[in-house]
Order: sequence, then C-alpha cells, then structure tokens
Amino acid sequence: MAITPPSERIWWKEPIAKIELIWIIVAFVWGLIMFFMMIYWHGAGEQNLSNEAYKITAVRFAEKAQTMIDDHTVRQENNFPVVHPPPGSDVYLIARLWQWWPILELEKDQSYRLHLSSMDWQHGFSLQPVNINIQVHPGYDMVVTVKPDQAGEYGVVCNEFCGIGHHNMVGKIYVVE
Amino acid sequence: MSKTTEFRTCPTTGLKVDLNAERLIKANAVVAVVFLAIGGLFGLLVALTRWPAVHFLPADWFYLALTAHGFDVLLVWIIFFEMAVLYFASAVILGSRLAGPRWAWTGFALMLVGALITNVAVLKGQSSVMFTSYVPMMAEPSFYLGIILFAVGALIGVFVFFGTLVVAKQEKTYEGSVPLVTFGATTAAIIAVFTIASGAIILIPTLLWSLGFISYIDPLLYKTIWWGMGHSSQQINVAAHVSVWYCIAAMVFGAKPLSEKVSRMAFLMYILFLQLASAHHLLVEPGMSSEWKIFNTSYAMYLAVLGSMVHGMTVPGSIEAAQRARGLTKGMFEWLRKAPWSNPAFSGMFMSLVFFGFIGGISGVVMGTEQINIIMHNTIYVPGHFHGTVVAGTTLAFMAITYLLVPLIFRRELMFRKVAQWQPYVFGIGVAGISMFMMGAGTLGVARRQWDMTFADAALPFDYPSAAFLMMGLNGMAAVMAAVGGLMFIVVVVSSVFFGRKLGVDEKPSYPETPPQASISQYGNAETLKIPGTVMLVAIFFIAFVLYYFVNWKYLSEVWPLS
Repeated sequence: MAITPPSERIWWKEPIAKIELIWIIVAFVWGLIMFFMMIYWHGAGEQNLSNEAYKITAVRFAEKAQTMIDDHTVRQENNFPVVHPPPGSDVYLIARLWQWWPILELEKDQSYRLHLSSMDWQHGFSLQPVNINIQVHPGYDMVVTVKPDQAGEYGVVCNEFCGIGHHNMVGKIYVVE
Repeated sequence: MSKTTEFRTCPTTGLKVDLNAERLIKANAVVAVVFLAIGGLFGLLVALTRWPAVHFLPADWFYLALTAHGFDVLLVWIIFFEMAVLYFASAVILGSRLAGPRWAWTGFALMLVGALITNVAVLKGQSSVMFTSYVPMMAEPSFYLGIILFAVGALIGVFVFFGTLVVAKQEKTYEGSVPLVTFGATTAAIIAVFTIASGAIILIPTLLWSLGFISYIDPLLYKTIWWGMGHSSQQINVAAHVSVWYCIAAMVFGAKPLSEKVSRMAFLMYILFLQLASAHHLLVEPGMSSEWKIFNTSYAMYLAVLGSMVHGMTVPGSIEAAQRARGLTKGMFEWLRKAPWSNPAFSGMFMSLVFFGFIGGISGVVMGTEQINIIMHNTIYVPGHFHGTVVAGTTLAFMAITYLLVPLIFRRELMFRKVAQWQPYVFGIGVAGISMFMMGAGTLGVARRQWDMTFADAALPFDYPSAAFLMMGLNGMAAVMAAVGGLMFIVVVVSSVFFGRKLGVDEKPSYPETPPQASISQYGNAETLKIPGTVMLVAIFFIAFVLYYFVNWKYLSEVWPLS
C-alpha cells in the first residue's frame, strides 16, 4: 500500500506495465508538442510580444508622451486629449492613479509602436473587448507593436489592483478607418 | 528526548503513534480549520460583492476582504494543514517518534503569531495590498513581518519533518524504502524549503523598505522572486494533495501503487521542475526574453506537467486494480460505480482528482502558454484556474482526509454522518462552478481584483458584454453553494472533534469505512494489469486537454496582431 514501505525492497527494478508506459510516452510527446507550439507561433503566429523594453524614469516617459500629445491632439473628450498619431510612429500611453492618458485614435490596419509605462504603481493594460492584457510597470518602458484590424471604440480597463480607485481606471482607444 | 516519548497503538492500522506527533497534528489541523472558516467567510463576501445584482461590500472593504481571503486560505489554512500532513506522513506512517517536538511547537507558535499579526494589519485597513503585495504599493510593516514569522515557523516544521525521517531511519522503525505517501510528502517538504527561501529573500528587504531603511525595490525583481514563493507554494500543495490521494486510496481500498517506480519518478519530476513556475506570472511583463519565458513557463518542456499526468493515471488506476481484485470486474466501470460514494473520504478525494485535472490542470497549462497568456493575464480567468487547483484540488482533498483523521487521530466518532456524506458534493460542485464561471467571465475580459464591473464612477464609460454579468452572477451563486459546503465541513469537524463520542483505546471506528486489507496487487503484476476504466477516463481527459488547448490558440489568432 502507499502507506507502507514497498513490498519488494528492489522496487526500482519492477517492470513497468505497458499501459503506464504508453501513457508516459503520450504525455511526454504532448508536452513536446506544446513546448514547440510556442516556438512555432513566434515564427508563424501574428500575436507575439516583442519583449522590447527599456528602463525609464516616470518624468522622462511623461515628457515623451506630452510631446506626442502636443503634436497630435485632434480634440478633447471629457477633459482627455484625443491624440491621432501618424501611422508607424511611437505612441505613448501613460498609466497612473487612476487614468490611462491620453485617449488614442489609431488607424485600422496600420502599425504603431505602443509604449506602456506607469507613473506610480503597477497597472494592467487590458484592451476590451479584444482581450489583450499586458502588465505595466513603473520604471520600465514596454514597447508593443500593435496593428488594430477592426475599426471601433475600445476600452482600456486596469486589471492590476492599484488601490481604492482601481475600478475607476478606464481609458479609451479609437480605431478609425 | 526519546525517553519521554509515549506511544499508543492504533487499533485500525496497527501503527505505533507518537503522542507528541498526535498532539501536534491535532493542533495544526484545528488551527487550519479555524483559518479556513475565517478565510472562507471573506471569500464569500468577495464573491457576493462581485455578484453584480448583490454588490455587497463597499469598495474599501472589498479590497480588504480580498487581501484577507487570499492570505488566510491560500497560505494559512493550507500550510497549517500541510504541517499536520507532514507530521502524519513522517511520525505516524513510519511509526517513529517525532524529532524535536519542542521545535515543532515553536514553529507552530511562530506560525500562529505571524498569521495573527498579518490578519490584524489587514483588518486595520492600511494594508489592502492583496496577497501579492506588489511593490511599490506599500503595506504596514507588520503585514510583512507576520508573513515572515509565519514562514520561519513553517520552515522549522519542515525541518522537524526531515529530522523525523532521519530518526525513523536510524531507529529502524520501517524496513526498506519509505512508503510512497512519505515520499510524496518529502517532495512537498523539499519544495517548501525552496519556497520559504524565496519568500525570505524578497519579503525581508520589503519589510526593511516599508520601515524606510531601503529606498527602492525594483517591481520586476520583486515579482520574479515573490512568485518563487507564491507559485511554488502552490506546488507544495500539489505534492501534498497527490500524496493525500494515494493515502486515501490506500486507506479506503487497500490500493497499492501500480508501480512504485513510476509514481516516485512522477514525484521526482515535481522536485526538479515545479519551481520554474514563477514565470507563469511574468509572461506579459517587460524585460523578460521569450526564451526565458518559454523554458520556465513550460517547466522545461512540461516535465512537471508530465508528473501530474502520470499521477492522473496511477491514482485512479490503483483504485481500479484494487476494486477488480475484489471481484468488481464487470464492464469498464463496475469498480467505479460500486465505489463507496457515500464515504466522504472517497467522494472528496475522487472529485478532487477529477476537478484538479480537468479544471485546474488543463486551464493552468493553457494559461501558462507564453502567447495565450496575452488573452488571459489578470482577467478573472486566473482566479478561475487556481480555484480549480487549490480549492477543488487541494482543499477538497484535505477535507476528505480530515474525515479519516477525526476517528484515527482525534479518536472521536464522526457526528452528523448524513451531512458529512453530502458535504464533498455540495462543496466540490460549488467550487467547480466558481472555477468554470470565473474562467468564462475571464474569457469575456472581466478583470480580477476589481470592485465594480459596471465602471459607474469612471471618467470614461465602458461596458462588458452582458454575458459577462451573467457569468459573474452564476459565480456568486456557485460561491454560496461552496460556502454552504464549507460550513457543513466545519460543523461536522468541529462538533465531532469537541463533542463526538470518544473512541475506546482498542475501539475501531465504524465510520468512515476503512476495510483493513493487505495490499491487493502484487509485485510483478505488470503483465496482468487490467485497468480499462482508468484508460477510458485518461483518454477523455487527454482529448479534452488537446481540444481546449487548440481552441485557445484559435481565440488568440483572432486578436489584434502584436509583435
């Protein structure tokens, strides 16, 4: 029994039942398939994180974002600037207690280098309803190249707990034709 | 100290039981159950708040309750119970005296004091930082201090366990190799050392930081090491509850492992690879390479997952072999149909096995896939997954073995047998519901750890789809069911332990049934082994796994291209 010492002292020489052996092999091969699937997707799939990131101070990141806002704001909405940056450019989204700043307006089927960083605590960039989720740290500038493939209005929810106003931290991204 | 050691002989198993070990098992199990009740109550409050139609607590209380819920059940309940399991798997199963009972009591006291300090810190309201306490969000110093004391106490307990193994070996209380259950518990203890070391490495600096002696802790570094504790501590649970499965299979069926070699190798895989899981929490973080993510998140090519998949066959397989040897050989499933479904030790154990595999296991592997994590990270899918592993898996298994511990260790007759009989079903199905509905809501994007999914007070409006609200409502109902199941457990166990009829010195408990029998299957049965029912169950599991895995790649392929 499992609560008594093995009945045979030399238990490690006991032959393995065929059915157990088959399952071990099947499970092992399945593990390899899942392992190589991740590598395969880096080549063949379209959804991969670049892992491009830089150390940055909150002040420096805010300056870069402000430059973008100054150059490309097209209108105001609920006291948020709506920024329409040129396709292919570097786009900055500030996470801070408890805002995503500014509102971005992107063009469909164009690529943007989206920079994410936090001014204070950790936040979670959760783009809805697409359901893309990326962790945002203070002190790190994470760069993700995004290519919106459908026009519409998207919410940016914060999904990392960031204090008492966490549930009010909602931002917006427009994708236009 | 051996001079003062007193033993009794268990009338059911014939094992020699060190009374020091017995007292420690009782104390740890009782405190564990108290914290399960407290943490479970906080959990119910959290679930009622996330039920949109109820929305029970105000925001500050919600975040407080969620912090307390995580700490009290994920850490305190489970680790206290694991201390009981460790002392049981060493001193009792090996028939040995416990090494250093005074040290064990010191560890127990430190754990209790630490748990109370952290609970007080949380209840004061200035430490609602969640169980993970990610920097730079800061809690009161006593929040970290309590966790550190708790961890030091647990470490002492782990070393008492190792010491007991040495004592048993030296005093030759058993012949040959240690039993499989002890081997599995050793796995858990080894992982615990790694876990507690990670916790100390990160929480001691964090304590100094909250006291003002250190000015900065890198948030990414914190997360990497914190999860060396946070995730690995869940792997202690896996090793411990798999040991409990084997233990219950042995006690209820007299089941023998199909192959000692295979089961022990599977445990060894846990020791070698489970610690890599810190990466599961860093798949969408800045600053980690994809190579690092892929290797670590897969436990080096899924070798630890392989261990669990092997146990997934050998545990039910050993039960089937034992049942067939007893003559239940009709068709594929007579052995399972005629299993003692009214024995809560068995029904709880078997549901734990099924839910851990199908719900917690599959979702964990899928969510831990580097790219698929993008569509799940920090959504409520994550708590959906770990309620499948830690609650439907670990907690249910621990509840199941408690039904054996009450008569065998507490020496009390179990009260309210009808309640006990139904308890695993009410709790298990409730928790399975919690897991599935949270996973459903997470797939629809709902954030975890979030007070108001309507965003009523946000500056910019956003609406989740109505199906997400339905899911969260169903989650609330399932949580009420699980809470009823939890209450049933506490009523049965607490009343039995304090008011149950005391069993006589030589009296065998009549309930739950633990038919005494010699091991059923024999060495060298590899050629004759027949477990068609288990093979069918494993095949269903495997098909579900493969389908669900690729369905999620399909979902991923539909989101915005990212590079």
